[in-house]
Amino acid sequence: MTEENKIREDHSYRDFPVEIIGLKDLTSDTRYFKVRCLNEDMKNKFNYKPGQFVIFSIPGVGEATFSISSPPTRRDFVEFGMRKVGTFTEAFFKLKEGDVFNMRGPYGNGFEMESLKGRDIIIVAGGLGAVPLRSVLLYAEDRREEFNQVFFLNGARSPDDMLFREDFMAMAARGIVDTRLSVDKDPTGEWPYDVGFVTTLIPQLAEKIKAENTTALICGPPGMYRFVIQELLKLNVPKDQILMTLERRMKCGQGHCGHCVVGGRYTCLDGPIFTYYDVQHEKELI
Amino acid sequence: MKTYTMDKKVFPEFIKLVKSKGKLFGPIKQKNKYSFEEINDSSDLDFDYQRTIIGIKKFLTPPKYKTMIFNKEGTEDVFDGDETNIVIGVHPCDIHSVKILDRLFLANIKDPYYAKKRDNLVIIGHSCLPDDNCLCHSTGTDMVEDGFDLFLTDLGDYYLVWVGSDKGLSLTIAADNLLSEETTEESIRDYVAWQQKRSSMFKKGMPSFKYMADIMNLNYDSDVWEQFGEKCLSCGTCSLVCPTCNCFNVEDIIAMNTEEGFRERQLDSCTLPYYSVVAGDHDFRPNRTARLKLYYTHKLKDYIGRWGQPGCVGCGRCVTYCPVNINVVTVSDALFGEVCETQEVCE
Repeated sequence: MTEENKIREDHSYRDFPVEIIGLKDLTSDTRYFKVRCLNEDMKNKFNYKPGQFVIFSIPGVGEATFSISSPPTRRDFVEFGMRKVGTFTEAFFKLKEGDVFNMRGPYGNGFEMESLKGRDIIIVAGGLGAVPLRSVLLYAEDRREEFNQVFFLNGARSPDDMLFREDFMAMAARGIVDTRLSVDKDPTGEWPYDVGFVTTLIPQLAEKIKAENTTALICGPPGMYRFVIQELLKLNVPKDQILMTLERRMKCGQGHCGHCVVGGRYTCLDGPIFTYYDVQHEKELI
Repeated sequence: MKTYTMDKKVFPEFIKLVKSKGKLFGPIKQKNKYSFEEINDSSDLDFDYQRTIIGIKKFLTPPKYKTMIFNKEGTEDVFDGDETNIVIGVHPCDIHSVKILDRLFLANIKDPYYAKKRDNLVIIGHSCLPDDNCLCHSTGTDMVEDGFDLFLTDLGDYYLVWVGSDKGLSLTIAADNLLSEETTEESIRDYVAWQQKRSSMFKKGMPSFKYMADIMNLNYDSDVWEQFGEKCLSCGTCSLVCPTCNCFNVEDIIAMNTEEGFRERQLDSCTLPYYSVVAGDHDFRPNRTARLKLYYTHKLKDYIGRWGQPGCVGCGRCVTYCPVNINVVTVSDALFGEVCETQEVCE
């Protein structure tokens, strides 16, 4: 193969076709997508870590970044969840089962699940943050024996706004992962779990965890981080064991376009997972 | 490093030879400004210049270029840069800027679009004498040891020709009859005298530049940023002219018939609004102060953390072109002034 062909066939922007094999509405404006690689070679090559992301392409609309929501422990498909907020998602929501689009990645550092072996894990998700953290959550449920205690704290504005609500309720019933679900407000009065911000669930774990053996993983709306971190620090969870996954505008996913820079770090290369210790002094983080 | 001498009398012939190897660009005077443009023969060239408006980055990360074309049938990647571009007359600061861009685009994940253009670029450097806005003395980029294919030092009647790469070496082999391998006592004397003359000509300096990373850290919350933010026009000129500014946006552009189009990379600037806006319209840097702070902390502090060297090569373009006098000198001086107890300490 000549050098020229090498560039054309195998370069860092090479995307590959995937087919939508399932989709369903999670809430009024969020939708779940399940895709599979059409290319046999790519099916085997596409490995990822929880917390990594990919870039979707629709020619004529553009590209956009999405977190992977399925765990690497489950093969042959990749899952996503997205909210309709902009031009790209608007176009994407028009796609149906059987439609094909292109995807490239995975990008980002992702969670190092190996380093969490034997530890207590607290997964704290708010709103759309449940999408990327679901990858860790299902990984932990599939390989429960690798971890000590696993807690999943998930918050939503109301029962109708909770993504993957039935799945998470089933998970709470299974009890493999200690699942605690809260809603800010419960207009129906029928919510069987906690009512209040997701932060109120954290003190419940005070007696259960061993702080020095605990790692917390957070993802949620910008306003959530500060309060969740304060509660975790009250439990003495070490600063370098509070892992947060961040969102930024990205055009390349590989440290070239410059948009995702925060305090000299590229969110796409050095993140999107950052420890609280590393970024505690950054002011434009969220 | 291999060196030759070349009599200026044979320079037109040398240019003819170089031009036979690819598309040749060089500094040309347009009104009162200079620009790297395609040249026909040596009479087009004007080496008596300090800086072009846009540096050599226009050959590597052009302001706009296609990365993909598409229609109803499918997509096809576009890799421009099949033909060899030779740029002559490049100053040391601009050669340093290419070294910085190379690190960003090639050292970690290789950008295929940049790589293609870089492979097909030949750089023939040229010595220069500074004007009042040149800062390369302070940024340590007034000299180059590598990053060029050939480098010409103007010593009056003749050039010293430095060979910096295999591509440069093959050019000198082709130009064998125009070059002399002899380096005389006289040419060494001429070179040293020229260096001394050049060093004495630097006026504007940034004595504080070597501690700028620390000063920026200490002054992260300084009022100075607000003052500059208030003045900044968010016009993006600084990014356009800065030889190391490479941030890009990607946009899909569709034809009127809605059936075909292309994906385009466009030079972007972190000083422009919407630079940090994410889906759902959350803006991480909603004001000029925040964006200007990103520009300067990234260039003068964070680059050092990542690459051990600032992203400024002292070319003086921001000094020359910012319409409201915000540039590496005024920003560095203001921040340095903030941490000085008395003005005397600063001086």
